[in-house]
Amino acid sequence: MTNQNGRFGIHGGQYIPETLMNAVIELEEAYNHFKDDPAFNEELTALLNDYAGRPSRLYFAKKMTEDLGGAKIYLKREDLNHTGAHKINNVLGQALLAKKMGKTRLIAETGAGQHGVATATAAALLGMECVVFMGEEDTIRQALNVYRMRLLGAEVIPVKSGTATLKDAVSEAMREWTSRIADTHYCLGSVMGPHPFPTIVRDFQAVISKEIKEQILEKEGKLPDAVIACVGGGSNAIGTFYHFIEDKDVRLIGCEAAGRGIDTFETAATVNTGKLGIFHGMKSYFCQDEYGQIAPVYSISAGLDYPGIGPEHAHLHDIGRAEYVPVTDDEAVEAFEYLSRTEGIIPAIESAHAVAYAEKIAPAMGKDQIIVITISGRGDKDCAAIARYRGEDIHE
Amino acid sequence: MSKIGGAFENGKAFIAFVTCGDPDLSTTAACVRAAVENGADLIELGIPFSDPTAEGPVIQGANLRALTGGVTTDKIFDMVRELRKDVGVPMVFMTYANVVFSYGAERFFGACKEIGMDGVILPDLPYEEKEEFLPVAHKYGIDLISLIAPTSENRIAMIAKEAEGFLYIVSSLGVTGTRSEIKTDLKSIVEVVRQNTDIPCAIGFGISTPEQAKKMAEISDGAIVGSAIVKLIGQYGKEAPEHVGAYVRKMKDALEAVSLI
Repeated sequence: MTNQNGRFGIHGGQYIPETLMNAVIELEEAYNHFKDDPAFNEELTALLNDYAGRPSRLYFAKKMTEDLGGAKIYLKREDLNHTGAHKINNVLGQALLAKKMGKTRLIAETGAGQHGVATATAAALLGMECVVFMGEEDTIRQALNVYRMRLLGAEVIPVKSGTATLKDAVSEAMREWTSRIADTHYCLGSVMGPHPFPTIVRDFQAVISKEIKEQILEKEGKLPDAVIACVGGGSNAIGTFYHFIEDKDVRLIGCEAAGRGIDTFETAATVNTGKLGIFHGMKSYFCQDEYGQIAPVYSISAGLDYPGIGPEHAHLHDIGRAEYVPVTDDEAVEAFEYLSRTEGIIPAIESAHAVAYAEKIAPAMGKDQIIVITISGRGDKDCAAIARYRGEDIHE
Repeated sequence: MSKIGGAFENGKAFIAFVTCGDPDLSTTAACVRAAVENGADLIELGIPFSDPTAEGPVIQGANLRALTGGVTTDKIFDMVRELRKDVGVPMVFMTYANVVFSYGAERFFGACKEIGMDGVILPDLPYEEKEEFLPVAHKYGIDLISLIAPTSENRIAMIAKEAEGFLYIVSSLGVTGTRSEIKTDLKSIVEVVRQNTDIPCAIGFGISTPEQAKKMAEISDGAIVGSAIVKLIGQYGKEAPEHVGAYVRKMKDALEAVSLI
């Protein structure tokens, strides 16, 4: 869906300092070379299968289906991947690519810590140096993941600037990349940033929808009526949507973090509350004020706490192919508890946003209809924070 | 040649940067006047942005102070309108693409012309994306200043050929901020620039001392100083103008010594 300049409709592009231009051009050339290289793909597939544990399961959630009384619900279990989230799909791809490019050092931003943990893991596996930038606020919300990254040999740098969350971690990683390019690859964690990142990350995450399609055809003999995923920058969502974009009867539903509600300032629902802008290397939708100052967004979920959305999602929204719906903190926390109790699966609070929306629409759908929810990550990391949200005083 | 070229007609140019609204707009205006009275040839006015990805900690801090103080693009335009009553040197805005985009390119560049700005520098608008604003900038006679970085290499000629106003040569990798040493081979970058354009080129990023400014001016047409001035403003607040004036005088004197050679 991208054209020559990395555009998705009017979105995307390369709005970055001149210092980085040759780096992204070099990355694009390397990617175009290796993406069709049989040896590269063989090596990556082996890592995805033997190391990360792909293909991930497509699980029929029987109890949830019976309880909601409508559409059949399947869960795409990205939470079962090594490191506990979909992030590893993209990271193994980029880390291998960086290694082929002769880079010896990976830098990354992280919100919830899942992408940081995945990057630290790939760096350990491939013998590369790793530095992860994480908003100071998030290092507190996700202390366990900070420890995991350090255990894996990565350096974690708490970012104190701005709102000290995900957007500031991205800004700081970009600043670091402009100061050290020769040996360093910026392993961006979502389908955002300057071209070619939105395309590269999408391609590495597209394995999710490729598998869903094969698995659902085998189990049900037909395509699902809807696929649902949570959206921050949008990497697990684009991975979930990609191979269904041409199947017009499949509804593509992205669940944005509404925080305390889209009628409040404490929200991170970009499509629902943002407007067109240029930030972090791309043209897309962003939460911002009338003068273009980026808004300090809020969500209970550190992984969805980002003021923008990937350019391909912005385009899918423009052309009406995908729907982007807001889900509040309260709804997500209830879904987090609901899936744990009903199916014995503790989802990441991010993924719980998708579960919450499925709970809303499934009862009104027919029993012959099918919903696939991508469980992008597992919820162990969130237990302490959710307990505190419910007023229980526990600490990790 | 645009009016910006005039800044390079009094020997080596000294280009001073200030973040508008840090700590308030009247101090910014007073700092600009002090810089001009003490020999600044061109003024760069930073319109603050919430997430300035090309800036180091010093200018990041200034952006934050200015925005917390309630400065907006419209209030900055009003300040420039006042300044233009007595300040004649060329002036350019330095800000980020989203500040221009969200204001509306037509409205933004239209206002630039009306209040007497001469150019705009957008560090997140590389050669590949300049069509975003170039047609509108030209409609209002505003120069869109291009940057060249230590990593530009094969891109220098392409950028220089289409450059306007002046060329901003980034001295070092990384973000803005003072550096003890500048190691880039700037001489060969300037050589390629000279082969491809007649417009002047000035070097910025990391320059804070008269010795550094002199060194940079020996191989180019001028020196750009941002963080060192912003640091003084951060340190002295409302009392900053006299300190900024004294600093600019010291820096311009160093450049005048080069011009006489």
